[in-house]
Amino acid sequence: MTDITEEEIESTFQRLTADAKRSGYNLNPDEEFTKELVESLLINGKRYGYWACPCRLADEVKEEDLDLICPCDYRDVDVEEFGACYCALYVDKEIASGEKEAKPIPDRRPEREERAQFKASSGKGVVQTELAYPVWRCRVCGYLCAREEPPGICPVCKAGKERFDRFM
Amino acid sequence: MEYEHVDGKDKGKIVLYALSTCVWCRRTKKLLGELGVAYDFVFIDQKSSEEKELYKDEIRKHNPRCSYPTLVLNDERCIVGYQDEEIREALS
Repeated sequence: MTDITEEEIESTFQRLTADAKRSGYNLNPDEEFTKELVESLLINGKRYGYWACPCRLADEVKEEDLDLICPCDYRDVDVEEFGACYCALYVDKEIASGEKEAKPIPDRRPEREERAQFKASSGKGVVQTELAYPVWRCRVCGYLCAREEPPGICPVCKAGKERFDRFM
Repeated sequence: MEYEHVDGKDKGKIVLYALSTCVWCRRTKKLLGELGVAYDFVFIDQKSSEEKELYKDEIRKHNPRCSYPTLVLNDERCIVGYQDEEIREALS
């Protein structure tokens, strides 16, 4: 079913490696493992139109899947707590340096109903109307910026504009 | 619902619910192959939307979070995730 070429996998792998390094993240050092994940992301990109997490079942409705578009909303907390994200594409320093091995971890993604509740409550926090600009927060990495609109792509983690919430 | 069958030693009814893109699911499949057991598996992501719901209902009976891989042994025991040691211990 996959018509992803070796070249596509290699160039995407190189780009992700460079992006991760530049923004202080690490890809899994097991290159074979990581390239399998890259291929899976490319497959999901082709069949869904976005990089849904390869290890979770996508809804195939982008609006419902926003939180699991790679890098997912849960990556940073999982890397912090378990040393790796759910699919183990992103890992912490210890795993990146080979001191530890990535292991499967539990999925922290809330069930659909809980996600809907969270979505309804987010962005309705303290909104300071006297600010010169609204402050936007990236749900993936927490990057904050004060400007009229969130950036098209998060400069830190490359998440898309639709993954920003109004923070202040 | 249709499952693909892999031949091997009879260790009871073994069903693996997996995603074709998930590397942990692939490792689980590889381990089952290495252990040489007979099992049925299904790649949920390759099914139609209606079928997906049927499989998910089935998975939820054993694993309410409905995550992958879910391995069900004899309709009783459920192993969630690629748990190398636990799977070896259960099937060898």
